Amino acid sequence: MSGLAVAFAALAYGRQAAQQAYDRLLIGAAGQIAGAVSIRDGEVVVDIPASAFDLLALAREDRVVYAVFGPDGTLLTGYDELQRPEAAEDVAFAHASFAGEPVRLVALKRHFAERAFRGTVTVVVGQTLRARSELAWDIAGSALVVVAVAGLLMVALVIFAIRSALLPLRRIENLLSSREPQDLTPLRLAVPSEIGHLTAAINRFMARIDRQVTATRGLIADASHQLRTPVTALRAQAELAAEENDPERQRAIVARIHKRAVGLGRLTDQILSHAMIIHRAEAVPRESVDLRLVAMKAVEETDAGVEGAGAPIRLDLPEEPVLCRGDEFSLVEAVKNLLNNALKHGRPPVDLSAANEGERALITVRDTGEGLPPEDWQAASRRFFDSAGASPSQAGLGLAIVGAVAKAHGGSLKFARPPEGGFAASLVVPAAPAEKSEKA
Amino acid sequence: MRTLPAFLFRAALFLTALLAAPQAPAAELVPEATAVFGAPAGGERLLIKSTTDVAAFRPALEAFAGTVPGLRIDYEQWASNDLYAVAAKACAQARPAADLLVSSAVDLQVRLVNDGCARPHRSALTDRLPEDLNWRSELFGVTRELAVMVYNTRLVPPREAPRSRFDLIDLLRPPGSNYAGRIATYDIEQSGLGYLFAFVDAQQATTFGALSEALGRSGAVATCCSAEIIDGVARGDYLIAYNVLSSYALARAETDERLAVVAPEDYTLVLSRAALIPKGAENAFRAAAFIDFLLSPPGRSALQATHLLPPSGATGDAALGLSDPDDATLRPIALSPSLLVGLDRHKRAQFIRLWRQTFPWRLDRD
Repeated sequence: MSGLAVAFAALAYGRQAAQQAYDRLLIGAAGQIAGAVSIRDGEVVVDIPASAFDLLALAREDRVVYAVFGPDGTLLTGYDELQRPEAAEDVAFAHASFAGEPVRLVALKRHFAERAFRGTVTVVVGQTLRARSELAWDIAGSALVVVAVAGLLMVALVIFAIRSALLPLRRIENLLSSREPQDLTPLRLAVPSEIGHLTAAINRFMARIDRQVTATRGLIADASHQLRTPVTALRAQAELAAEENDPERQRAIVARIHKRAVGLGRLTDQILSHAMIIHRAEAVPRESVDLRLVAMKAVEETDAGVEGAGAPIRLDLPEEPVLCRGDEFSLVEAVKNLLNNALKHGRPPVDLSAANEGERALITVRDTGEGLPPEDWQAASRRFFDSAGASPSQAGLGLAIVGAVAKAHGGSLKFARPPEGGFAASLVVPAAPAEKSEKA
Repeated sequence: MRTLPAFLFRAALFLTALLAAPQAPAAELVPEATAVFGAPAGGERLLIKSTTDVAAFRPALEAFAGTVPGLRIDYEQWASNDLYAVAAKACAQARPAADLLVSSAVDLQVRLVNDGCARPHRSALTDRLPEDLNWRSELFGVTRELAVMVYNTRLVPPREAPRSRFDLIDLLRPPGSNYAGRIATYDIEQSGLGYLFAFVDAQQATTFGALSEALGRSGAVATCCSAEIIDGVARGDYLIAYNVLSSYALARAETDERLAVVAPEDYTLVLSRAALIPKGAENAFRAAAFIDFLLSPPGRSALQATHLLPPSGATGDAALGLSDPDDATLRPIALSPSLLVGLDRHKRAQFIRLWRQTFPWRLDRD
């Protein structure tokens, strides 16, 4: 379609150029004839110069028609088939037909103001259109060749550009398909910046998968490690009970079995909770969270959950919100774990505070007990650490959960022995700028 | 009566555009001679009207008739102006004047083509013609002849034999020259070819002014027709003839040792008789075939036999400058619309008026 349009444009251009070129020829010839008009004894005499017709003969194949008209419109010389044009201009072009062929005419006027003669002599010169259309097609043809060559070049260029632009994608594809199934390390590939965003997104996505896979794997390892010992112990106690003949001792063994089973239940809860928190930390979208609110919820749920809760928890919250970006549920669970640890292993009273500290937001649980020995601080948030050994009732997963939540929020779990005494555990996360108070 | 009074042909010439007026003069135009070639009547017929003498064209016509069984060629020989008048009138009435028109008055042939009276013909042979000899694929130059001088060898002493126009002017210069009144050329009012030669001469060189002045002052004779002029030279009525066609001159000189032919050394006009097929020609197919025949080797050699073409090869008559087509002294008359200038009404009237002033003693044949 566009090719057709270009062809039409080229032909129109060629026609116009040819028209102009041969119109000049006509004007030249008409001018020479007009210049050869003279007045002799009051009569108009035309002495046509041969050069005028030599000029017209430059269009080799074209027939020539001409006429010279006097002031009153009478034909002085030339073809009487021609009419004197009525145009007012001194130079006027027209189309007409001559002996069955279309001709292009020019009419040229020459004004005489002499003693013997006054008036206007009109010279009309015309030519058939062969040379014009030949030239027009010539010009159009060459123009089309140029356009076609340019078009082909453009197509070639576009193909080349698309190919080279998509080449990195092909490389990424090859790289991905040639990987080991377990390989989730980032792609290392030099690519243009347009593709850079894509590889960055792929790498982020793979990192997320990697974290989840690692977490799941860790969870499975934890679960098997944590559950194996109590289950083995239960089985041993149960065997013991089966072989015991003394009802009194048998009852004592059953009581121990019950206690162990309760511990095992709590451990299972914690492992599942841990799994859930780690999953949420990865999967739930982050929103703006006020740590004061987190502290209050954690206290509420801890009070409700601990049997015989005589121990008081003192809340110390600032006036202004303590904001960070994160998952409220996991944060509450983490704080609950800290509180439970303090209530179970520390010494009351237990203080819970939230505060902004420059670029960081933190929530701290403090008791007046000895707390963890400093040499264990480093390892405390790791998964298998259990300060009191693998006792099922102590469920040593608590700090591991807090550590995982802190890590998922880009923060950390910190321990300290404050100067005023006791032991403090802090969940530290990056603060969110308080652009607006959502929960005033 | 071989020709018509000037005013009659001019009337015919300029009234052709009018509706077919049944004036007597137009009806009286008749060929100078007719001839028939080939098979007897009844079969295919080809009508050719030409200015060429029957004798000069005979070999070509006979050769062509021999190649087409059952073809009868009617050949009419016409005076050039009459031929144009007949053809232009037929064209204005939208009927063909013949199947083929061949004329030495090539300007009139150009005019016929320009006025849309011809139909095109293209073949491998016409495409090989040089540009000057093929106009619009409608008009074809088929011969190659020169405008030459002929003198009487008995009456013109060798040292006075003219080699150029300057020699001719010099011969005429002395008062009481021997040549006064004894140089002949065409009457341009009667001969279309004579007008063409004179008009082209006038454009070729300034010599023309001096020459026509010398001719006029010495009382040169303007008369009609190549054959008549050459006869006059052979008899001794004229000593020198100026601007006659080489074909007739060479043909006569071959058998008449009183005649010598000279191609002017300053410049020599070269004429190609022009052939066209009129629009609506009944046997246009055979006419086209005849044109192709004239351009083919057998046709060429038939034309060479009567000097309508120079002999092929470099061994031609060097004295006529025929052996070298690139000779700078040769001035071919190209078939192009440039020739229309001479036919312009005003231009022609002025040129003829000048001519009449030059030749006050021209033979009045009325």
